[in-house]
Amino acid sequence: MTQQTGSNVGSAQLLSELRAILPEQAIIHEAEALRPYECDGLSAYRQVPLLVLLPEQAEQVVQIMRLCHRLNVPVVARGAATGLSGGALPLKDGVLLSLARFNRILEMDPVSRSARVQPGVRNLAISEAAAPLGLYYAPDPSSQIACTIGGNVAENSGGVHCLKYGLTVHNILQLKIVTADGELLTIGSQCLDAPGYDLLALLTGSEGMLGIVVEVTVKLLPIPQRAQVMLAAFDEVEKAANAVGEIIAAGIIPAGLEMMDGLALRAAEDFVHAGYPRDAAAILLCEVDGTNEEVSAAAMRVNQLLRTQGAVMVRTAQDEAERIRFWKGRKTAFPAVGRIAPDYYCMDGTVPRKRLADVLTSISRLSTEYGLPVANVFHAGDGNLHPLILYDANRPGELKCAEDLGAEILELCVRVGGSITGEHGVGHEKLHQMCVQFNKEELAQFRALKAAFDPLGLLNPGKAIPQPRHCSEYKTLGQDTLTAPGDRREYRA
Amino acid sequence: MSKSVECALELQEEVLRAVAEGQPLNLTGGNSKAFYGRPATGTTLAVNRHCGVINYEPKELLLTARTGTPLSEIETLLAEQRQMLAFEPPHFGNHATLGGTISCGLSGPRRPYAGSARDFVLGVRIINGRGEILRFGGEVMKNVAGYDVSRLICGSLGTLGILLDVSLKVLPLPESEITLIQERSAAEAIRMVNIWAGQPLPISATCYDGLKLHIRLSGVPEAVAAGKEMIGGSEAAIDHHFWADIREQRHPFFHTERPLWRLSLPPQSAPLPLPGKELIDWGGAQRWLLSDASPKRIRSTAEALGGYATLFRHAGDNEEVFHPLSAPIKSLHQRLKHAFDPHAILNPGRLYPDL
Repeated sequence: MTQQTGSNVGSAQLLSELRAILPEQAIIHEAEALRPYECDGLSAYRQVPLLVLLPEQAEQVVQIMRLCHRLNVPVVARGAATGLSGGALPLKDGVLLSLARFNRILEMDPVSRSARVQPGVRNLAISEAAAPLGLYYAPDPSSQIACTIGGNVAENSGGVHCLKYGLTVHNILQLKIVTADGELLTIGSQCLDAPGYDLLALLTGSEGMLGIVVEVTVKLLPIPQRAQVMLAAFDEVEKAANAVGEIIAAGIIPAGLEMMDGLALRAAEDFVHAGYPRDAAAILLCEVDGTNEEVSAAAMRVNQLLRTQGAVMVRTAQDEAERIRFWKGRKTAFPAVGRIAPDYYCMDGTVPRKRLADVLTSISRLSTEYGLPVANVFHAGDGNLHPLILYDANRPGELKCAEDLGAEILELCVRVGGSITGEHGVGHEKLHQMCVQFNKEELAQFRALKAAFDPLGLLNPGKAIPQPRHCSEYKTLGQDTLTAPGDRREYRA
Repeated sequence: MSKSVECALELQEEVLRAVAEGQPLNLTGGNSKAFYGRPATGTTLAVNRHCGVINYEPKELLLTARTGTPLSEIETLLAEQRQMLAFEPPHFGNHATLGGTISCGLSGPRRPYAGSARDFVLGVRIINGRGEILRFGGEVMKNVAGYDVSRLICGSLGTLGILLDVSLKVLPLPESEITLIQERSAAEAIRMVNIWAGQPLPISATCYDGLKLHIRLSGVPEAVAAGKEMIGGSEAAIDHHFWADIREQRHPFFHTERPLWRLSLPPQSAPLPLPGKELIDWGGAQRWLLSDASPKRIRSTAEALGGYATLFRHAGDNEEVFHPLSAPIKSLHQRLKHAFDPHAILNPGRLYPDL
């Protein structure tokens, strides 16, 4: 169904009709100019699109979708292209619809504590604009300086603070979307709920396959009075993992609870001098926020708990500068790891917290087996792992080896009761693993749901939900026989 | 602890038989919310025999149970570990089940401050209208693999699938809790609760009952004490059951046979320009209205304010319960219904006439 894209329309006809909708500078069609759009944050997969369009009004998106619907041309939406699963990988015979010019904050309402913004507004820009009102937007993916709110909705992005404050789905009120056949719909409301099915939840995380987001109303929260972070070092990874469960069992929901293993923390320390002890097997960063009184009470208890759980060192950031430094190490962990290997491949599995310790042990065993180092940086509070597989794309076979190791890690996550993706999305990257996590009836239900929104399969076809044939090949023949639709290059993350 | 019975396969057989015979099913749990929604049609299929807690892990903040499990049993189990369902679901009767709670998707006083029923759903196992047993989401806090069917199905009144098991995120019980009472006008109450919501205060519920504004503070004792200092008002007696009475609609406001409307509005909306009595819940975002005004007038007033209205209880004959959907959204609902239940056997007409 979704494979029959592109039809027989000549790009000349498409182009001439597009010129009636968009000004010339909003249409990119020359090979050199198209090149920068060939991939998203997962640059292993590249494909130059047929055309790139840069509309700046919802009405233009409506017209574009009506045209593409009439001509049966597939459309891939793209925000800042920071996604790590190839969700915005273009199609050779499709339009790449960039929402980058939808970059205005339309309204800030301090009374109802909400902001109405265009999808191309950067995540961090919302909090910056809300700060003078004493408010902020809670979800904070690591890419928040660059990533856009439209992309966050498409991926249901999380971040360091989602254990306490939730994911994107918990922090938005209303969407305006353009459907596959070019209709502008309002989903959700300016209230806390809306009549009928919860389409707002369904659209969130749907990876651009059900509609194109052209406006988002987000909830804003009061900036906590105070935040305090503690750094704890452990001589065994297992002790750090157990401490995570004990903090939560004590009735404390930290604002952030992050873990880094030895390889990751040393890379980060060497990179930004965050003050991490280089000889630790693992560190935990635990941040508590709230009112002054809440923070004092929680910090004291977390401190005691960490020591009881065998932390060899616990340090509370003494001032805001030290707090920022502790976090800087965590937030720059990916590029820091990037300095110690020619290439790295970032995974995104989730596991029940109680399985953290044995999953880490298994990852370490797999790492030895494959001969590729793995650094672990993750949202320990939500059991969301980001194993970073280090490799060198210039060595023949190493990329393939890294991919195979990654696939094994994700399948391990499913085996222990977790998921193949916590926040990066399935995109193009994890189609194979969808066949492991879901059976054929479940995948068929997803496809029926997709068809309810997009019967022609024009929105981001080929992503997120594999076709039945794909899964039967993956399961019976093994992944070697499958070819990716994109022109695969080396990872340069 | 009560019984644990797994009967997904039996229920599946009943669905397959209903499909074969073209016989619609009326799904029932504890019958505590039978009043809610449009009248049921079809053969009754009692799903509450599928019951029992499957997995409760306090350290994981996770509970998975079969949907026939009594809600009270789940809440007791959680309380033993000093945890709770933070969306504070109404029971509306002694036999409320987990399945009915999630199918109706209703939340109590804590909702604006902690989240709604759907916010806490992590995963589900369902039987769809083709009689297939399917699993979506899971038992982890974050999971973006595939479309979010678990949250879509919350509040769908059984029209998309029979819920078999539900996994929920649970939260610690607050260490301490107090309720402050202030005498204010309705307009003042709305203004104040919106101001406080924009400040870092440990508020977990607010409700104006027509005379007095009730403010609940939850958290560590020091934070609650500091919040009390900031907000002011007299402290309610420790054994008061105001919040349970509001949640369960036992408060005197609800003692009536008049039509009861639920209006969901932007929280700062002024007191309703409608005849009748109004109770202001959820920091202003949920208004209960007892009014004999015409449904048309009530719905258009809600719409003009940016919200919508549900005829929650005591609907007259032939009166629609749920707010009408726009034509394109309605058609999307019909296509979604068809995607899950192509033979229209699951609670047809319970939510909207043609779903």
